[in-house]
Amino acid sequence: MKTRGRIYFIVTTLLILFFSYVLVNGLTIGDYQVKPLSKIVKLGLDLKGGVYVEEEIVDKNVSKDTIERTRDLIELRVNSLGVSEPIVAITGSNRIRVEIPGIYDPKAALEQIGKTGRLRFVGPNNDEIITGKDVKDATVGVDQRTNAPVVQLKLNQEGAKKFAEATQKYLGKQIAIYMDEDLVSAPTVQSVIPDGEAIITGSKTVEEAKRLAGIIKSGALPVKLNPATIRAIGPALGAEAIPTSLKAATIGIILVMLFMLLYYRIPGLIADLALMVYMIITALIFTVALKATLTLPGIAGLLLSIGMAVDANVLIFERIKEELKLGKSLRTAIDAGFKRAFTSILDSNVTTLIAGFVLFFIGTGAVKGFALTLIIGVLSSMFTAITVTRFLLKSFVNAGWITSSKFYGA
Amino acid sequence: MERMFKICEKSKIWFSISLIIIIIGMATWLFKGLNLGIDFKGGTVVTIKIGKEFDVVELRKSLEKYDPQIDVREIEGYEVTIRSNKITTDEVNQIFNDVKTKYGLKDDALRSIDTIGPSIGKELRRSAIISTLLATLGILIYTSFRFELWSGLAAIIALVHDLLVTISVYTILQIPVNSSFIAAMLTILGYSINDTIVVFDRIRENRKLGKYHDFETLADASITQTLARSINTVLTTLFTITAIYIFGVPSIKEFALPLIIGILSGAYSSIFIASPLWVIFEKKQGQKV
Repeated sequence: MKTRGRIYFIVTTLLILFFSYVLVNGLTIGDYQVKPLSKIVKLGLDLKGGVYVEEEIVDKNVSKDTIERTRDLIELRVNSLGVSEPIVAITGSNRIRVEIPGIYDPKAALEQIGKTGRLRFVGPNNDEIITGKDVKDATVGVDQRTNAPVVQLKLNQEGAKKFAEATQKYLGKQIAIYMDEDLVSAPTVQSVIPDGEAIITGSKTVEEAKRLAGIIKSGALPVKLNPATIRAIGPALGAEAIPTSLKAATIGIILVMLFMLLYYRIPGLIADLALMVYMIITALIFTVALKATLTLPGIAGLLLSIGMAVDANVLIFERIKEELKLGKSLRTAIDAGFKRAFTSILDSNVTTLIAGFVLFFIGTGAVKGFALTLIIGVLSSMFTAITVTRFLLKSFVNAGWITSSKFYGA
Repeated sequence: MERMFKICEKSKIWFSISLIIIIIGMATWLFKGLNLGIDFKGGTVVTIKIGKEFDVVELRKSLEKYDPQIDVREIEGYEVTIRSNKITTDEVNQIFNDVKTKYGLKDDALRSIDTIGPSIGKELRRSAIISTLLATLGILIYTSFRFELWSGLAAIIALVHDLLVTISVYTILQIPVNSSFIAAMLTILGYSINDTIVVFDRIRENRKLGKYHDFETLADASITQTLARSINTVLTTLFTITAIYIFGVPSIKEFALPLIIGILSGAYSSIFIASPLWVIFEKKQGQKV
């Protein structure tokens, strides 16, 4: 029994330390590589910086198909910005949420997303010549004479025919190009254009021309949008938030572990090992199983859950103490401690879960993310505090290194 | 003789302490109102890191052309928040450029821009109220089922107490209330009930033992037996959440502060409010131990 207890305890402890090390530092064996957690976790916009926009569809009673089409069109436009991992998603019944990392100018982002994208070429008599529907492709080029960036349009067959007729009709006159209500440029027709190729001048920078081309190519949005929320998070904020949160987490966790060790001694040491298992499980569920995004409130939630995770162990150890004081043997006291603490662990955690689930199903955005942290935290802390602590504590007692019940709280 | 803290005997004192805080808080709420942030009221907040000492009054004057009611405040770390509910996105860019030129800053001085439309606040309020009611109801049903109705009621009152105390601290100190506050309140709702349940669990167990012959002694004994646990759990929870409050960035502090207040209040109410209330309820019903 002694040998078995020792092997169980030592092997489990080594495994816990090994997994913690791998999650923090990663591991390479031959060609096979395990990335450290910090490389796997997806960071929320508040940690990496970017623009967050929630667009509300103004029109009433819009069909689901139309909302989905609008989302796809916005996705095309956002993708044309060329940033990595933008998010475009439908939230609620009539909103589209857009997250663009790496861009900090909300105005530029709004223009890219929110323009209904109605392109019109209008003649001098205010007659419509061609619209966005006649455009086959839009690319960015350079005006040979001025070196200024331009948008090159390739019209489809019908558009080319209409454009040829119009350039003949208005030779020497101005054609105005409108994007929604804005006059983009008003070039003078210098020659008849028969081949369906037109250019739009007036872009000040290549980026601006790229944006315009992106909007024209992705086509007009079927609905009118109104931004309900706009947030821009500067790059420095995230750069500062991550190291400060890490520092806070390290200090907080060390304090919790030290406290448990000093107050509860042997059981405290075991609770610390169980807490490490808790952190490993929670981290894996978050990053690998759910592929959840880490946000600032999420960090706060996780840290809170670490403080709470030892609660079940505190309940158990206090019970063990009481049993020892009644004069029971170490093994009996441990068994009784786990058994008698169970109902209070169960009832107190279920009430927290009730609140967590309500938040998860009713809350939106950050609240939902936080609720998820809460639920996962409660479930995995219940598991580790009961099973892992019990296994380790029993193995340790069986190992017979320290038999005096003084070190177990008596 | 068993060592026991006489908590229930002095329940009037404990109730009064809470009532005073809550009454002051609610009176401030009535007369001054909550300091609602833009998440509720709508508007724009721009945060810029100036990085050195600056004159807030002068900066405010120079920005009044955009909105005479513009709100300019210095926050810790030589940062400034500029708040208005009139400015457009164009003006936001102009304001940032103004501040940039004025203090010779670079583009990365821009911390954050938040613009919230008026429809969000309404939705937030609605979902906060619905979630609070549903969660409270769920907890009441569960505790009444696992314990009995009077325990459930006392637990819920303790819970409402924690929410009211947290709101009171916010109204008295006029701390801005944003969506993160709502999330924190709902978290308190889930966590602070824990302590109460642990004490009630002990009452339930001691009652079965039949060792105590009146409600006061039963409650006092149960509180005393679980006191070490209550204190230790509050301590470990406070270790991590206070660390994030001390070292974290402002937006995470905004979330950590109500949690700290709620956790403290939760520990207080589980000892000094819930059990004494339960004793009063049971006695009113003429129950026997």
